[in-house]
This record gives sequence, C-alpha cells and structure tokens, in this order.
Amino acid sequence: MAERKTIDARGTFCPGPLMELIAGIKLLEVGDELEVLSSDKGSASDIPEWVNKVGHEMVSSTEEDGVWHIVVRKTK
Amino acid sequence: MSTSKISILVVSGSLERLQMAGMVASVGAVSGSEVTVFLSMNALQYFIKGSDTSAPAEGPFGDVMAQKNVPPFKSLFENAVELGDAKIYPCSMAMDVLDADAEDLESYLSEPLGLTKFLNDAADHQIWTF
Repeated sequence: MAERKTIDARGTFCPGPLMELIAGIKLLEVGDELEVLSSDKGSASDIPEWVNKVGHEMVSSTEEDGVWHIVVRKTK
Repeated sequence: MSTSKISILVVSGSLERLQMAGMVASVGAVSGSEVTVFLSMNALQYFIKGSDTSAPAEGPFGDVMAQKNVPPFKSLFENAVELGDAKIYPCSMAMDVLDADAEDLESYLSEPLGLTKFLNDAADHQIWTF
C-alpha cells in the first residue's frame, strides 16, 4: 500500500529542502509519495528539476501563503 | 541520467566560497554527476574534527547569509558523500603543512590525495575552483 510522508523544510534555504527530500526518498518504497513543505522559492523550481532529471515523478506543486507543497512519487 | 564528472578544488576559507562549493558538490552529486572534491589551503582546516567551523564572510552577502537558516557548508559536503557518493579528498600537502593525520579528519573524507593524482583524475572532468 503506497504511503505519503511529509517533510517540513520551511525556513531552510536552497539546497536544504532538496537534500531533505533526497534523504527522505531513500527511506521510501517505490510507489510511495513524499510531500515537502518549503518556503524557499528557489527550491520550488529546483526540486521539480531534480525530480525530472533523476526520473522520479512530480505529483503536484502548489503554493499557499508562501509555502510550497511539493509532492513527489518514488519510481525506482 | 547523465554521468558528467565534476572536480571541485576548494582552497578558500571564506564562508561564501565554502558554501558555494558545498552547494555545487551536493547538488551535483545527487543529480547523477560523479563528484570529486579536493580540499587544500585555507579550506582544509574546517574538516579537522572539533575545529571551529565559523568561516569568516568575505563580503556583505556572507554576513547576511550567516544570519539565515542556510544548510551549514560542512553538512552539504557530507550530503554530497552520503546521498550522492561524492569523494572528498584532503590534499596531502595541506595535511603535511597542518601536521594533521587522516584520523584527525571528518570520517566522510577519503584518504589524502596528491595533486598529481587529482589532476590526472580530473583530466576529463569539469573543474570548479573555489
């Protein structure tokens, strides 16, 4: 059963949220989803770039009150 | 995924340069590049266990950055190794000058390396200098 976990990386600057995402994704099973909360604008564009480059799947990226909710699905 | 090779030569002891070098190392390594870091001159001292890691800013950006919650530069280098399989080599000449042994250094560093080997290995890499 696929799970979704959340990492709260608000308040940290690039590349902190990306590093937290990568550390978190290593602990997941294929098919699981990870939601990263980030207040860093750069990370909101950098994380999808990384996800596309390494071949995971972007599920969604939404911004609410200055916080990005970026959801990634582990594919491998 | 591309397998580009990146060699990063770090000689500065300033906060901004160490931070940028750590950013390139970590993001490069986790994005599929083969990353090699060579630490020498003023950069190596920070990787001796127990050393003071408050690197001086070289400009106003560094002063502002020091007040923000950016990832510590040493964490970024450790991320590069732990999450991206980067190799970080202390320069053997700098080790001699500082009278440091391999066991004095942070455990995520690889064995000391000479400049000749670093240059040979870097022959087909992008080389970044900080």
